[in-house]
Amino acid sequence: MYSEKVVEHFTKPRNVGEIENADGVGQVGNPVCGDIMKIYLKIENNIIVDVKFKTFGCGAAIATSSMATELIKGKSVNEALELSNKAVVEALDGLPPVKLHCSVLAEEAVKAAILDYYKRTGKDTKALEKKCNVECTSYAHNHDIEGVG
Amino acid sequence: MEKLRYFDHAATTATKEEVVKEMLPYFTLNFGNASSIYSIGRKSKRAVEDARDKVANAIGAGPKEIYFTSCGSESDNLAIKGVAYANRERGNHIITTKIEHPAVLHTCQNLEKQGFNVTYLNVDSEGLISLKELEEAITDKTILISVMFANNEIGTIEPIKEIGEIAKKHNIYFHTDAVQAIGNVRINVNELNIDLLSMSAHKFYGPKGMGALYVRTGVKFDKIQDGGHQERNKRAGTENVAGIVGMGKAIELAYENFDEYNKKLTNLRDYYISQVEEKIPYIKLNGHRTKRLPGNANISFRFIEGESLLLNLDMKGICASSGSACTSGSLDPSHVLLAIGLPHEIAHGSLRITIGEENTKEDIDFLVNTLIEVVERLRNMSPLYEDFIKNR
Repeated sequence: MYSEKVVEHFTKPRNVGEIENADGVGQVGNPVCGDIMKIYLKIENNIIVDVKFKTFGCGAAIATSSMATELIKGKSVNEALELSNKAVVEALDGLPPVKLHCSVLAEEAVKAAILDYYKRTGKDTKALEKKCNVECTSYAHNHDIEGVG
Repeated sequence: MEKLRYFDHAATTATKEEVVKEMLPYFTLNFGNASSIYSIGRKSKRAVEDARDKVANAIGAGPKEIYFTSCGSESDNLAIKGVAYANRERGNHIITTKIEHPAVLHTCQNLEKQGFNVTYLNVDSEGLISLKELEEAITDKTILISVMFANNEIGTIEPIKEIGEIAKKHNIYFHTDAVQAIGNVRINVNELNIDLLSMSAHKFYGPKGMGALYVRTGVKFDKIQDGGHQERNKRAGTENVAGIVGMGKAIELAYENFDEYNKKLTNLRDYYISQVEEKIPYIKLNGHRTKRLPGNANISFRFIEGESLLLNLDMKGICASSGSACTSGSLDPSHVLLAIGLPHEIAHGSLRITIGEENTKEDIDFLVNTLIEVVERLRNMSPLYEDFIKNR
């Protein structure tokens, strides 16, 4: 059911771990739903110089976390903000429909970490908060759309 | 690729060679329709009746009380809908439990839409129903009690004899879904006061696509599939002769070697549970420690999620199952694990192994060693575990 890319990222996830003194940390998801992603960012001159993640969840959740961190590593904060769940899915050569919410969660985790960075550095967060939807229900809703619930 | 180690016997089992051997002639040489009057038809009919004797013998029933079906789910549908439709004038109330297989739960939900009332009994933290709650749920409209013999996920064996006595005392039919119990527990329908019992051949090394329903003589039930007069006009459709022969052989073998098989499974199960409890921290055994199926061990590994655990085990050639949402095809983890009161996050991390004939102690050692490694790896990438360690 999973593409080879997903299996590869699940088996050998990139960037697992924590960053001490991270510049931004974002956690999304909920243990009730069975998925939690936490992303740590190290940012220098507006560039993401390091990123680590920890994830509680299924194979797709781990693979999307791994891929999302790979896609934003070395990018500017603004570029990272443009990361869409679709881009994560495409980079993984697709996800089963019931697992698409995992990619949404990965996108949200990145945004949540950047939001935290903005807050810590006193940047205006208004525009970003609109983009951020870090409630469990938001991706639970996606489940329903796919007719799985 | 690692050697395949199969620990999912509650999902299905491999059909035994002896069983396949008995079945084969009924696909080719003896292909006759059991309803035909000529020689090869009569031969099929005889084979079907021999198998019926074997199934009946295994549970202390008479051959006229056995109806062959296509699977356990069909048996459950026929039992519950059959009794409900035929006894409507007596009442419209059915009592079942919250931990039934979907074949029972969804059948009851369907009947609710047709005007029946259903009580879903709670279970305690070990998965046992309360006999007091059962008695209190009975009304003068109650026509059927349906409680599974043993739970497919957590392996808990329900107090069937006591339930049978209560049903008999109140003159209510008692159905039990014994799909997981047949071959694993000795069952006598008379001693246990069971009126209807569902079984499925592929759970005890018989072929898939074969089930049977025991219905005590005198129990009023309607057919739910219209057509020919097969199975004494209760289940239309040409008999699956080869499948029926296979089911008969499989159940005969299951009870021939019962004591040895049961002892082997119980020993391996207890060894597995004790090894995991000794070697892996933050785990919880789900279900009753002793009142459980001999081959079933369901353990929750905290801070990790079941599907990622299964995928990691699969890479080592290990087949098992989980009650996590990601494996149940819905947002919620298993309804059974929630019914025994597990918080969602602990239910998501459950691993069910069901041991069978070909498993060895070496297989269990391999499984435990793999689990130690995989659980540690997944915990090290779990933010829940990180929080737990920091707040300890």
